[in-house]
Amino acid sequence: MIKLMDKWRITNRLLNHSSKLIFDRRLSANSHNSVFRSALEYSESLVKRGFGNASTIRYRCFGSEATKFERNAAFSTLNSEDVSYFKELLGEKSVIQDEDVLLAANEDWMRKYRGSSKLLLQPRTTNEVSQILKYCNSRLLAVVPQGGNTGLVGGSVPVFDEVIINMGSMNNIITFDKGSGVLVCEAGCILENLVSFLDDHGFIMPLDLGAKGSCQIGGNVSTNAGGLRLVRYGSLHGNVLGLEAVLANGDVIDMLGTLRKDNTGYDLKHLFIGSEGSLGIVTKVSIHTPPKLSSVNLAFLACRDYFSCQKLLREAKRKLGEILSAFEFLDNQSMDLVLTYLEGVRNPFSSSMHNFYVLIETTGSEESYDREKLEAFLLSSMEGGLISDGVIAQDINQASSFWRIREGIAEALMKAGAVYKYDLSLPIEKMYDLVEKMRQRLGETAKVIGYGHLGDGNLHLNISAPRYDDMIFAQIEPYVYEWTSEHRGSISAEHGLGLMKANKIFYSKSPKTVQLMSSIKKLLDPNGILNPYKVLPHSLSNH
Amino acid sequence: MKIMVAIKRVVDYAVKIRVKSDRTGVETNNVKMSMNPFCEIALEEALRIKESGLASEVVAVSMGPAQCVDTLRTGLAMGADRGVHVEAAGQLYPLTVAKILKSLVEVEKPALIILGKQAIDDDCNQTGQMVAGLLSWAQGTFASKVVLDKEKQLATVEREVDGGLETLELDLPAVITTDLRLNQPRYATLPNIMKAKSKPIKKYTPQELNVDVKSDLEVIQVTEPPKRKAGVILSSVEELIDKLKNEARVI
Repeated sequence: MIKLMDKWRITNRLLNHSSKLIFDRRLSANSHNSVFRSALEYSESLVKRGFGNASTIRYRCFGSEATKFERNAAFSTLNSEDVSYFKELLGEKSVIQDEDVLLAANEDWMRKYRGSSKLLLQPRTTNEVSQILKYCNSRLLAVVPQGGNTGLVGGSVPVFDEVIINMGSMNNIITFDKGSGVLVCEAGCILENLVSFLDDHGFIMPLDLGAKGSCQIGGNVSTNAGGLRLVRYGSLHGNVLGLEAVLANGDVIDMLGTLRKDNTGYDLKHLFIGSEGSLGIVTKVSIHTPPKLSSVNLAFLACRDYFSCQKLLREAKRKLGEILSAFEFLDNQSMDLVLTYLEGVRNPFSSSMHNFYVLIETTGSEESYDREKLEAFLLSSMEGGLISDGVIAQDINQASSFWRIREGIAEALMKAGAVYKYDLSLPIEKMYDLVEKMRQRLGETAKVIGYGHLGDGNLHLNISAPRYDDMIFAQIEPYVYEWTSEHRGSISAEHGLGLMKANKIFYSKSPKTVQLMSSIKKLLDPNGILNPYKVLPHSLSNH
Repeated sequence: MKIMVAIKRVVDYAVKIRVKSDRTGVETNNVKMSMNPFCEIALEEALRIKESGLASEVVAVSMGPAQCVDTLRTGLAMGADRGVHVEAAGQLYPLTVAKILKSLVEVEKPALIILGKQAIDDDCNQTGQMVAGLLSWAQGTFASKVVLDKEKQLATVEREVDGGLETLELDLPAVITTDLRLNQPRYATLPNIMKAKSKPIKKYTPQELNVDVKSDLEVIQVTEPPKRKAGVILSSVEELIDKLKNEARVI
């Protein structure tokens, strides 16, 4: 494993050296076949060389995102015949070349990654997706499937000129069975719309995340999105009962079962859950949805130290077991950030600042019973010194304002300036050590904040700085990944690998495992047209 | 000086309201119930007055089914000293509530009653005015600022009216109803939730207070507002003008 990692680093260094060359070629030919993501050094060299309008290159420098590699030359470039074919197939309105639309679709919501695709397609049926892929495969046109484009690792935007297949028009709910709670719908359904549809029938989605207003279920499934309810309902590998996917050659694989139990052969649907659109495009999904329980309680608590948070989690699992539905934590620095940058957010505690905060949510069927149970647990934890202060939401409005603090951290970070985001799975007892280590390494140069899904052992480590800076970046990577690997953690708990971490996979997976993944990729997508440059390391997947 | 605050248990502000299938009312089964937001503001104001040393006791009053006790506990956890629960099974209309409050005033003898300006379930906005009328007390409705003068036994109330602020001076005892911008209610902290458990809640029935709950009002039918139709995207100005002329008939 170490050997492979070293190999990759060397390749990376070599590519760094050749970056100047790539850049020059781009300037002269004005073509888009070199990497789009410009590093700070590029714009600096531009200024030095007298290209006055360096400011028009407004790519932000991200260190890890300034990955320098070339477009896979095996892919064709789009021509007018291709466009006419798609217009014939989908109709004029679903073939989009409008620059404003493409500008938005080429860029992720954090404005970290940007491609230069010239075409966006909006299929309305599985058959259309199949026809598109069949054609692209025969023409060797690379594609990027796109849902709500809310990903954090650059998985949902083109890297170069890949054709964007936007799934938003496939947004029909196909069936809902009130008896079993099984929902079958198309991939482009927006999560929040599904939530409100189910709400009318007395059910909920087994996942909930901050991006619910934009993200689509197909994207959720393709990235195996986690979120706030995982501690209660488990991951999508458990909740997705079946799906329909289209392979690179246009074959439609119908695995759209609605059974809880089905042990007939290899359960292939799992290949499409979390493979980030690199093995096929998910077009339909069947999901097991739990009934909506009427009694939801939320407590916002203050803890003296991280050890108390851990101990509180252990106790909560034991004493609130059947009603515990979320256990989240944030540190003092996260709270500070939210209070500074978000309007209308107030600290639930009047007194001095605390070091850690924990949100505990319970969901059950009997209001007075749940309430009593939660109160008794919290009071005994307070007497035992695990909690130094706490408030319980008395109505939904108060509950939303507590959630706003936790869910608003990402937004506050964006407003605070440059941010380096890491989404790590770690053993719970070690989790916060990394945050403290990073604080030592970075000192005054950047703010290190830690928060996340403590109940799932998932840390969101964020480093906030006034601007992106190679010096800061060098202090972060590869240290964060090495530390995580050393403690047998995962370098991507729920965000996926995308473009950002495709080359980092070896920190969490053995070479043999990655090799097998690569073989599967070759089997399902021999030409590698599906979401290229992502998920798997470039050394294995590119040529 | 004692302050009495009326608090009402209503369907939570954030819950999507559903009409019962027989159209007799709103579905409350298996629905989250909370304290009316305006009542929270009323209670918060009373607590602030007490904390500034101008009142000695805050009594929270609620009327309705047994679960009103939960709402009262919330009030006690926010900081009210005592609770009073008038247990009544059926629907209570503003005049009945005002009559019950009047009877309680005779028992409790507060110098000030603070209520929310209205409850978010029926939006009546009548109880405060009615109780002031029945007691012949001064009233300051829709208060956005309240200042008490203990020496002169005066309450100065600012209220938001069309085009500005109106300032009233009320002789105590008085009735004040609260508007949204008066204050931001506090959260119930764990230590206060614990304390609230041992605070007394006194129970009455309307009969004990000599109030007849029978009302002259009768709800005939409750229906949902008509659904909003989906919009359409037009491709040209000509089309818009055509639609405005021939469909909407506004030009």
